[in-house]
Amino acid sequence: MEQITILEGRQKQIFEKKKGVAQPDIACDTSSLSGSVSQRACVFCGSRVVLYPVADAIHLVHGPIGCAAYTWDIRGAVSSGPELHRLSFSTDLQEMDVIYGGEKKLYHSLIELIEQYKPKAAFIYSTCIVGLIGDDIEAVCRKVAKETGIPVLPVHSEGFKGTKKDGYKAACHALMKLIGTGAIDDISKYSINILGEFNLAGEAWIIRKYYEKMGIEVVSTLTGDGRIDAVRRAHGATLNVVQCSGSMTWLAKEMEEKYGIPYIRVSYFGIEDMSKSLYDVAKHFPDRPDIMEAAKQIVCEEVKTLYPSLQKFKKALTGKKAAIYVGGAFKTFSLIKALRSIGMSVVLAGSQTGNKDDYARLKEMCDEGTVIVDDSNPVELSKFILEKEADLLIGGVKERPIAFKLGIGFCDHNHERKIPLAGFVGMYNFALEVYQSVMSPVWQFAPRKGGTL
Amino acid sequence: MKHAKTATQNACKLCNPLGACLAFRGIESCVPFLHGSQGCATYIRRYLISHYKEPIDIASSNFHEETAVFGGSHNLKIGLKNVSDQYKPHVIGVATTCLSETIGDDVPGILREYKKEFKNGTPMPILIHASTPSYQGSHIDGFHAAVRATVKTLAEKGEEQSLINLFPNMVSPADLRYLKEIFADFKAPLMLLPDYSQTMDGGPWGEYHRIPPGGTPASAIVRAGSATASIEFGSTLEASKSAAGYLAEAFDVPRHHLSLPIGIKESDKFFSLLETLTGKARPEKYEDERRRLIDAYADGHKYVFEKKVILYGEEDLVVAMTAFLSEIGMTPVLCASGGKSGLMKKRILELIPNMDELEIKVREGVDFVDIEDEAKVLKPDFLIGNSKGYTMSRKNNIPLLRLGFPIHDRFGGQRMHHLGYRGTQELFDRIVNTVIEQRQNASSIGYTYM
Repeated sequence: MEQITILEGRQKQIFEKKKGVAQPDIACDTSSLSGSVSQRACVFCGSRVVLYPVADAIHLVHGPIGCAAYTWDIRGAVSSGPELHRLSFSTDLQEMDVIYGGEKKLYHSLIELIEQYKPKAAFIYSTCIVGLIGDDIEAVCRKVAKETGIPVLPVHSEGFKGTKKDGYKAACHALMKLIGTGAIDDISKYSINILGEFNLAGEAWIIRKYYEKMGIEVVSTLTGDGRIDAVRRAHGATLNVVQCSGSMTWLAKEMEEKYGIPYIRVSYFGIEDMSKSLYDVAKHFPDRPDIMEAAKQIVCEEVKTLYPSLQKFKKALTGKKAAIYVGGAFKTFSLIKALRSIGMSVVLAGSQTGNKDDYARLKEMCDEGTVIVDDSNPVELSKFILEKEADLLIGGVKERPIAFKLGIGFCDHNHERKIPLAGFVGMYNFALEVYQSVMSPVWQFAPRKGGTL
Repeated sequence: MKHAKTATQNACKLCNPLGACLAFRGIESCVPFLHGSQGCATYIRRYLISHYKEPIDIASSNFHEETAVFGGSHNLKIGLKNVSDQYKPHVIGVATTCLSETIGDDVPGILREYKKEFKNGTPMPILIHASTPSYQGSHIDGFHAAVRATVKTLAEKGEEQSLINLFPNMVSPADLRYLKEIFADFKAPLMLLPDYSQTMDGGPWGEYHRIPPGGTPASAIVRAGSATASIEFGSTLEASKSAAGYLAEAFDVPRHHLSLPIGIKESDKFFSLLETLTGKARPEKYEDERRRLIDAYADGHKYVFEKKVILYGEEDLVVAMTAFLSEIGMTPVLCASGGKSGLMKKRILELIPNMDELEIKVREGVDFVDIEDEAKVLKPDFLIGNSKGYTMSRKNNIPLLRLGFPIHDRFGGQRMHHLGYRGTQELFDRIVNTVIEQRQNASSIGYTYM
């Protein structure tokens, strides 16, 4: 078979853990190489991901139709009430708007949509073209806010102005404008915000239940099952608990600075990290030992039922090898541990947006011979899946066909998933999904596993 | 309540570059390349993958702020070099985006420079450029722009040969395979463009493929200029925007323009044209297909007669489906499209002269909220169109029959037939079954024979 080579400009973003070999830092936090077919999206995507689950706001995409069309109802973020987030609104800019400006169209669109849908707020996403034609979005938003009496928040998410991470920040910036505008008198001292949890397949509800069972008040979930009024009150919480650190650490830091709210980083994937995320929150309230007691009780009860149910999967999957390529690096850490707990090793680990610290930690965690990649692409992922003989790929929709073409299992761990993978129940679902894909008899027909072409 | 409507809500169209990327996937050893932000390529990949379930690598020149200020030339060249190194393609199909179009990059000029500057590097792929600003038209315009640009770049005049060019429009891989089968059975040499029947619906891989096998080779497209004739499907597709139009203009290859052949009448026109062009009678196999279809029409006619339908999607598909539905006695009470060619009503009128009498309403440039408003008044028996109508179907409890692109919430959209007697048969069976299922579900008795 032909050797697959790595592009010159990409070599510093790939690393293989080997004993006795100098261990350089992996290059990251850079923009994608032109023509490398990055799996990343753009600034707009970053903003859209973060704000998407806010269900009682309208999300108006200011630009040509594509950006709104491709993000219409694409995520598994569910709501317990209003569902405005599942609609797609666009100013659908045409050539004449590009020439003469889109401010009027934006203004009328906003006024009409607010009249029609009566949202609690509106988010206006700038797309590439808006960054070029110079529409004064801020002015339009101020005007509409004044006329309608609801917050109208510009999100500066022009696709080309940075990477997906800058989009996260632009979204957090919009959220910061809301935070601090609600009443917080009745909020308990034993309270948290859940940050970076998007309620995919109802995951935020699972997590929230654990914390509430511990006697902790959850003030706001940012942004899963999100409500504007809850966001406004977020500054009343005592602690910020941050998952998906890539998207929300900036917000947590801002809140720490402005409101003095400390934050911790957690993950809800896998038994180990899920348990730790309960204990770490409990530790923050040392004057209430009952909270820690309750946390221990939850873990004990959940693990008691979960652990035996995982053994069937572990028995089947022991010795199998996984490749992980996801958006944020923090998730990778949890997945490595979760996979180990069902007998699997990780031969490739990577992310779209990890930073230097993330990769240092990843390097530490990984086994000898594991390949680590930043901002990878289909060619590289395929190369390492083949070379390392992975049996499973964990990723999103764009990675899925790579796995299936090469005849290996796949687990969707992205925002489109419809099955909750967070929490203890999520660990069961995860193991089940991995098991069902890796152990399927269909792979016997894959050419690489002895099937004929 | 009717609302004033400036914004597009739940769009019934996609953007221009998406169509171009799909069309470029129908050329052998071709990598589609979007000159713009990274997000365009990634979103479009995701969208296409969700329908076709195939890997689709689309490169991007990955604009940054400086690129937008100083122009995309540098990024485009680096991108082309990297794609050449990594994929070793025979062709790179460059489509623009709103970003590169607005800053006014001279892409043909940049491509010329690139060819000079990188002359001694890796083998130079053929570079095709399609102008596809997202603020104009919709995905179908990008599709045709890419096909036309491909032919414009490659086709050459030569000694006239026994060859028919077929430009099938944005149809399914299954449709493409069927068209190839028809030509093979006629023993008529064919240049089909695009042909993503294999690249977007292929088999498993024994080894890694940088570019999936399949597609029309560039060498075949070169010969398009010396073909006997071109056939082009798509009633709202104008010669000035089409590949066949270009070939007629540049090389005097006669352009035969047909509606998408759906239904018996339109399929007959296609087969008759093939008979004329090849001088051969249609193979018996297709007579059989046609006979079975007519027989099925008879068996199923009572289920469908005067059923009211809302049709939506690309204009050409809607026009063709309207013709088909009217020949089985169904009433398309609304023919809707997010596209805005200004030609849809005219074309439907040509196919169905009594359309006003049948109260067929035609609306261009609409979104799903407009269609839903219409549905509340028109009260159709069902909807026919792509998956994106599911939201309104569910909300208003109107069954949805899925066809076309995209099909994101059902399996096998890429293997669905729409064209010719075979495609019509499949559609007719599904339509009848939709009615039967609806009746069966609504019945309190639970009949086991319907």
